[in-house]
Amino acid sequence: MIALLIRDLRLAFRAGGGFGLGLGFFLILAVLVPLGVGPDQTVMGVIAPGILWVGALLACLLSLDRLFALDFEDGSLDLLATSPIPLEGVVAIKALAHWLTTGLPLALVAPVLGVLLNLPGPAYLALIVSLLLGTPALSMIGAFGAALTVGLKRGGLLLSLLVLPLYVPSLVFGAQSVTRAAQGLDISTPLLLLSGITAGSVALLPFAAAFALRINLR
Amino acid sequence: MASLWEYANPVKFMKVSGWLLPLTAVLAAVSVGVGLIWGFFFTPDDFRQGSTVKIIFLHVPSAFLAINAWVMMLVASVIWLVRRHHVSALAAKAAGPIGATMTLIALMTGAIWGQPMWGTWWVWDPRLTSFLILFLFYIGYIALWSAIEDPDTAADLTSVLCLVGSVFAVLSRYAAIFWNQGLHQGASLSVAPGERMNWAYKGPLYLCMAGFFLLFLALVLAGTRTEIRARRIKALEMRERANG
Repeated sequence: MIALLIRDLRLAFRAGGGFGLGLGFFLILAVLVPLGVGPDQTVMGVIAPGILWVGALLACLLSLDRLFALDFEDGSLDLLATSPIPLEGVVAIKALAHWLTTGLPLALVAPVLGVLLNLPGPAYLALIVSLLLGTPALSMIGAFGAALTVGLKRGGLLLSLLVLPLYVPSLVFGAQSVTRAAQGLDISTPLLLLSGITAGSVALLPFAAAFALRINLR
Repeated sequence: MASLWEYANPVKFMKVSGWLLPLTAVLAAVSVGVGLIWGFFFTPDDFRQGSTVKIIFLHVPSAFLAINAWVMMLVASVIWLVRRHHVSALAAKAAGPIGATMTLIALMTGAIWGQPMWGTWWVWDPRLTSFLILFLFYIGYIALWSAIEDPDTAADLTSVLCLVGSVFAVLSRYAAIFWNQGLHQGASLSVAPGERMNWAYKGPLYLCMAGFFLLFLALVLAGTRTEIRARRIKALEMRERANG
């Protein structure tokens, strides 16, 4: 399993692997929104938590369609399915690799973009913590969506249509915890709910995703 | 006693639905027709809302079915996954667009009602927001059905999506409540004691809800029959090609 994780990480870091694309996209989004909304600092500060969370969502979505597609095309997914590791484990490892290459860097870069967007001071810690707690669910839900659409020729657009509604609860609780922190309120409730969604997704969705993969492989 | 599962046999289903479909269709037309005419012309105006309150006879039944169509899809999907009855999967497929339409009707009548009452077509109220999210779930479900060619694969994958989607739809509902306080009133019909609707409105409302339910039933039956026939045509074509 560790070998699989290292293989996936290596593939992601190599040229054409798409690592950094998500980060670049995140940066561009944080630049484009002020250009569209106007440079008012107070407005920026109010909408910054939402922009950062929506940006993280979209950046996660960007690299999802290649999560299983490449392995499906060259047949290595069939090999993985017949390997001694259960397919559920394969899905979980692949989601973990996706999180390490998108979610984790996003959470670490987000405070820098928070400065760009005039995020209020007390919200920075909440931003990092909420992204760290929330993005694993995004990767796992995305892996489920990717497993559903892996057999399709042009599944990318459909994938976003399927996955984005599933991101709604994470987005609400994540962005709410940052907003509340910015207003100086207690953030333990949204953070706990956010971690609950992540824990539930990580525990249950590998089974659903592996089931979908088996259907697509038969 | 005959088991319920016998009706999962397509031949038997076609036979039963053959006479059930016109029956439910006629009953639906009568009860929706009577209910709407009763509701629109023979109920008093509300003392605050005037005659705008009468859109409730479209709004509440469609919202009621928008949610219950998803529940029916969920049950049918589970039956398909557990017992592999094709009729069940096809009924879930047929219910998708109907549920989406009901959601759209509820949203639009709500907007038309909200404009004079709240002074706005749309607010980001939890109820409104969760209905919009429900509509997105319906769209995803329908899109997945239409994207996959192999019918059994499509049935399997959409069933899994329906199961997972149900959990997240409920989560979204509570997330939306957490996210914003509402303008929308509580449940229109409730078993809990408290402020109740007058019987002058309840009578036609119940009739409309029954009518919409029958309409839903008739549409699902018609849709399922169409799907079964389409399957049969495909099988015939395959056989022709194999022979020719």
